[in-house]
Amino acid sequence: MQLFPCPFCGPRAENEFHFGGDLGNVRPEGGASVSDATWSAYLHMRRNPKGPAREVWMHLTCGEIFALERDTVTHAVLGSHGFGEGSAS
Amino acid sequence: MTRHYSALSLLKEGLTGQRGWQPAWRSPEPKPRYDVVVVGGGGHGLATAYYLAKTHGIRDVAVIEKGWLGGGNTGRNTTVVRSNYFFPESAALYEMALKLYEGLSRELDFNIMLSQRGMLSLAHSPAEMELAARTVNAMQINGIDAELLSLDRVKSMIPAYDFGPTARYPVYGGVLQGRGGTARHDAVAWGYARGADRLGVDLIQNCEVEDFLVEGGRCRGVKTTRGVIRADRVGIAVAGHSSVLAEKAGFRLPVTSYTLQACITEPVKPILDCVVLAPALGTYVSQSDKGDLVFGGGLDRIPSYAQRGNLPVLETVIAGLVGMFPSFRQLKLMRQWAGIVDVVPDSSPILGESPLPGLFLNCGWGTGGFKAIPAGGVLLAHLLATGRHHEVSRPFDLDRFARGRLIDEAAGSGIAH
Amino acid sequence: MTSFRLDGLGRIDRSRPLAFTFDGRKVTGFAGDTVATALLASGVSIVGRSFKYHRARGVWGLGSEEPNAIVDIRGSRIVTNARATLEDAADGLAVRSVNASPNAEHDRGRFIDLFHRFMPSGFYYKTFMLPTWHLYEPGVRAMAGFGRVDPAIGEPGRADQVNAACDLLVVGGGPAGVFAALAAAEAGRSVILCDEGNEFGGSLLHRAATIDGLPGEAAVEAALGRMADLGVTLLTRTTAFGVYDHGLVALSQRGTSGIDRLWRVRPKHLILATGAIERPLPFANNDLPGIRSAEAALAHLRRWGIAPGRRIVVATNNGLAHEAASAFVAVGLDVVLVDARDRVTAAKGVRTLAGRRIVAAKGRKAVTEVVLDDGARLPADAVLVSGGFSPTLQLYAQARGKPVWDDRRLAFLPGAPVEGISVVGAAAGHFDLAEVLASTRDALLKLGIAPARRPEIGPPLAAPYEIVDAFPKPGMAGRVWIDLQHDVTAKDVEVAAREAYVSVEHLKRYTTLGMATDQGRTSNLPALALMAAITGRSIPATGTTTYRPPFAPVPLASFAGLRSGPLMNPPRRLVLENQHRAAGAQFREYGGWLRPAWYGDEAEAAAVRREARQARRTAALFDGSPLGKIEVIGPQAAEFLDFVYYNTMSTLKPGRCRYGFVLAESGVVLDDGVLVRIDETRFVVSCSSSHVAAIRGVLEEWRQDRFDRARLFVHDATAAFATLTVSGPLSKRLLVAAGLEVDLDDRALPHMAWSAGRFEGTAMRVTRVSFTGDRSYEITLPVDRAPALWARLVEAGRPLDAVPIGIEALMVLRAEKGYVVVGKDTDGLTLPMDLGMTAPLAKKPGEFIGKRSLLSDEARRPDRKQFVGLEVTDGGPPLAPGAHGVETVAGKKRSLGYVTSSAFSPTLGRPIALGLIERGGARHGETIEVQHLGKIRRARIAAPCAFDPQGGRLDADA
Repeated sequence: MQLFPCPFCGPRAENEFHFGGDLGNVRPEGGASVSDATWSAYLHMRRNPKGPAREVWMHLTCGEIFALERDTVTHAVLGSHGFGEGSAS
Repeated sequence: MTRHYSALSLLKEGLTGQRGWQPAWRSPEPKPRYDVVVVGGGGHGLATAYYLAKTHGIRDVAVIEKGWLGGGNTGRNTTVVRSNYFFPESAALYEMALKLYEGLSRELDFNIMLSQRGMLSLAHSPAEMELAARTVNAMQINGIDAELLSLDRVKSMIPAYDFGPTARYPVYGGVLQGRGGTARHDAVAWGYARGADRLGVDLIQNCEVEDFLVEGGRCRGVKTTRGVIRADRVGIAVAGHSSVLAEKAGFRLPVTSYTLQACITEPVKPILDCVVLAPALGTYVSQSDKGDLVFGGGLDRIPSYAQRGNLPVLETVIAGLVGMFPSFRQLKLMRQWAGIVDVVPDSSPILGESPLPGLFLNCGWGTGGFKAIPAGGVLLAHLLATGRHHEVSRPFDLDRFARGRLIDEAAGSGIAH
Repeated sequence: MTSFRLDGLGRIDRSRPLAFTFDGRKVTGFAGDTVATALLASGVSIVGRSFKYHRARGVWGLGSEEPNAIVDIRGSRIVTNARATLEDAADGLAVRSVNASPNAEHDRGRFIDLFHRFMPSGFYYKTFMLPTWHLYEPGVRAMAGFGRVDPAIGEPGRADQVNAACDLLVVGGGPAGVFAALAAAEAGRSVILCDEGNEFGGSLLHRAATIDGLPGEAAVEAALGRMADLGVTLLTRTTAFGVYDHGLVALSQRGTSGIDRLWRVRPKHLILATGAIERPLPFANNDLPGIRSAEAALAHLRRWGIAPGRRIVVATNNGLAHEAASAFVAVGLDVVLVDARDRVTAAKGVRTLAGRRIVAAKGRKAVTEVVLDDGARLPADAVLVSGGFSPTLQLYAQARGKPVWDDRRLAFLPGAPVEGISVVGAAAGHFDLAEVLASTRDALLKLGIAPARRPEIGPPLAAPYEIVDAFPKPGMAGRVWIDLQHDVTAKDVEVAAREAYVSVEHLKRYTTLGMATDQGRTSNLPALALMAAITGRSIPATGTTTYRPPFAPVPLASFAGLRSGPLMNPPRRLVLENQHRAAGAQFREYGGWLRPAWYGDEAEAAAVRREARQARRTAALFDGSPLGKIEVIGPQAAEFLDFVYYNTMSTLKPGRCRYGFVLAESGVVLDDGVLVRIDETRFVVSCSSSHVAAIRGVLEEWRQDRFDRARLFVHDATAAFATLTVSGPLSKRLLVAAGLEVDLDDRALPHMAWSAGRFEGTAMRVTRVSFTGDRSYEITLPVDRAPALWARLVEAGRPLDAVPIGIEALMVLRAEKGYVVVGKDTDGLTLPMDLGMTAPLAKKPGEFIGKRSLLSDEARRPDRKQFVGLEVTDGGPPLAPGAHGVETVAGKKRSLGYVTSSAFSPTLGRPIALGLIERGGARHGETIEVQHLGKIRRARIAAPCAFDPQGGRLDADA
């Protein structure tokens, strides 16, 4: 059972969390002017790194989304931080 | 010297001290250049090399494998083969593979122990029966063997299942693909390896690709831990490591790599004849010819390359198994392992030229690559030999994501979206 | 009869005799015996048959490394494929050998061994291909497998799961583990100590030693007593089987009274005192019963008073086996010690042959003689072998520790330390007791624990370890067994090498060595050494296999724990469940909730028709409580909902409701529902019951990612509120009769609006929305008031002949109206335009989730599957749900889509159906072929709404 540090609640069991994709995958704005390739890159393409990863996760229990840095090979957790006001870390 | 495998060869070698058996493959030094390089010595890569030589007459081929042949997902799966898919494009793909599996032992002169005792997917509610009917009809329209089973038929197939009133997930019926079943995974890898080697393909183990050789905007080869190897075309079939290689080639894939755990119990006398999946639980199980129960379930939903899962998923899968078959509580977990599965948003593979010209992709099989090995090999071989798609692989090109034309098999099978 | 019990020796309790049967024969023993020791004491030589060749096998070892003594146990305990060396003997058990018929002694399968030459490793890859494997497979399957699962036994014993945290978890209760645990406890740490055997003490129970003047056994007992006083958790019969991520260690505890327990432990530090396992020696026929581990035989003598035979040969390549030789001499048995080392200090009274090795054992069903390398023959009814010791490092390796080859001890030892883990004692390569305890002391010092004093250890090892290489070599004569359980010989390894299966993993998979239930404990290293010799590499260069949990087989029931039946994924229950049951509801699971499917004793079809008919005639009561109610609050709420929904929602006025879709970013319809606007800054998102968690996730994600978290809040109030629906032409009359405090006038409360009201003082919201197509009211109020309100509504409905309706009837009513059910009438690719909702795409100016995806070529293809109604044209029964529309193009049949909902409409008196059909929207009136399980019918494409398309019944008020 892995433990992830929710910035709001502290370390919690892995099954309380939901993976939300790469950190920094910014939604392209511009409606029809956004190309198919750009939109598809946002929707589908992933870094999927082997090793250190910077990811977005949601702690389902409290609903907070936050950034988690961890290693996808060793499963070491390197750190986490919230995005907005009022997050603990 | 015994090259051919048969009962007669066993008899002969048995009487003469087993001294005449030949290496299943050579271990050559890599040459500086080949016509085609295939990266990845698992089932798909080895099958590709085999069909390049066999079907297209291209024998100047090297398979580059960073570890030992078949050591990735090919050696770690639960050996299920089936073609019970929903969309016509998928049906064509997986049925091509199953048909090739049906003749593979003879073709490769290697017993892959194809055992077609049926793939049974259960329906646990009237709503699930409706989805089961939808799937059976789709399969039948696509020319694939499928039956919608009543509860009584299911009972006769899996008598050890819990059909009692207190069962958590009662059975209403199910979908049966009679030609589905299992095959010995190592044998598939070794059979293709031996077959490819005999046709002149070089199998290079313990050789890792560190980068691609790019000249004039084209992929011209690979840079490996054992030197630079040039090639006219390069194919990659590395499953969970596809994104790693893609990054080296300068593009991204719609792939996330996850851990998929699989388990085996101690061997017991025959108790289960077919492969069974309980979709509500996510757990599926079959009994190998050695008597062990081989089973698995859902992914560890945390992106990972560790080939190592954790207890929560293992407990869920096992709780599901003993929920299906309460008498299996008498058994023990003997071994557990995991693979790295390359999951793609529409649960369909990616076949075709990559954004780097000269580099061709075979990936995105997710949890379902083993059953497709022969087709993956035929189709990647076609791409590498001709530079063009076979009609069966065209719908699976990487460009389907930009076009928005996904082949969403999870949706097709009614998995909640 | 070879082994037998000696009088007066051992730790068994001779005042408590017991008896059980083995393969139907009576076996006696005493309390404290394992099944294996009781068998040995009773002279049972053959305890099983090997997997492939059905060769006779006897007890080999002491614990989980045992490869041969696998048995099925029935009686007060039910264990399949039990390791007899770890199972307590108990009165009345029926123990059976596995893989033997009728019994191990006279197994019919033993003739197979005659054909072993034609069945080398991997032979099945080379034959059984013609005509197909299917011809041979049934026979192979019937012969495979060890024990037998009894399908009639569902619950062989209870299983339990426990979470624990502690300062120190010590795995292994030998001298290193016991004294580490004691020192830590004395230093005030919380400690858990576990051992796989049924007693603590390890080698101190069978090797002569004194600690502070006390004999080893007594020192252990004293330590255990002190630890119990200090609150140490002492777990025998408990195997630590897995080291998982982030410091979790899993233990499997075998219950004595039928309750197995899984422990999930998070220790601050883990001490591995897991000892070392003795290796066999390679010689021809080294698998004969009577040949066993010298260490095990010594333990059998000292702990259980068992002599292995009367003419004993002890063969060794190291000094540790000398104590066994001396011990058997001391009880008056005939012993010859064959030591491979040239310079050997012979123990007193032990006839020693130095510089010699056994090359073959002779015997038919048990060993009778051994042949040495110089040709000498020694009669022997017991051969005790020691090929050296391999530290047990699986847990260290699971934690990603890298074992390192040690040329002096000819074994893999722990390499670089892993954070949070110490390896001590024999597991770290220390075999002398003083060294063992010193290594423990050093490890504890690093943790800041200084043991009180250094104990006095005596005596030193009888003979120093000084091991020499006795690994199997290529070209050995005869059948030299490497893996006893899977019948793999040295020759099989040589053939594998010849055939290029030289990597460790290929070797294992090709020969199956190391893949039996003993997980290669006694075979992995000899095989590796042999392959190294064959390929001219060093042992470490040849590689090791990866170690993964479980260290030893763990009962499946332990992983499942109490998760079975109603405790597995329990469905959510309605607050009104008892009321529904009292009204005769038949329950089914829908979207994770247990809900009434219909009411009454009639068959389903009749009940559903009755309810649906009555619902349109008078009034229906329906419990819609699982419906999602997610509140969206704040100054940014309206803007936010414009982004979340496909439809424009900011123009919704307070007091009104609007139906809309929430899409995924791929454009696919994720959920539909009615949005209620409470006031300027407050809305309630009502989503389908099975999508509440997903929608809440979507709302939270975008709230935090795109909007101002300080000006926008999301609150899931689904479980706090009940929603009771009253529908039908008499619905308004029913509510009036119920006397609720709410203005029901249609001008105050038109369709798609809501009114505030009160029920017995509690605030409630009455919303006019309809899922039936008739006038309909949804009453939302706190759950604890729901039973009273339901009772009031039932009461008010009685004179009006109102009926409660279940989900099945509701689904028919909405199907008559063509109302889509997301997940049933949509297929994970369905876009809002496919459902006929095109206006927002054309007209809504701002961004919303999924918008860009709706602009793709794919989204605009004319041949997309669209939501339609389907009418039966042949006068037959309803279409089968899941049937496909089909057409034949160029001789090839293809699917046009499928029937997603189908029912007999009591309102219309005919079948109705809904489906997704290619270009369906432009094909109303066309007839198509519909195929179900090979049979073809015809159906006409129509608008989804089959009843009251003008919607007049929404306001109809009888």
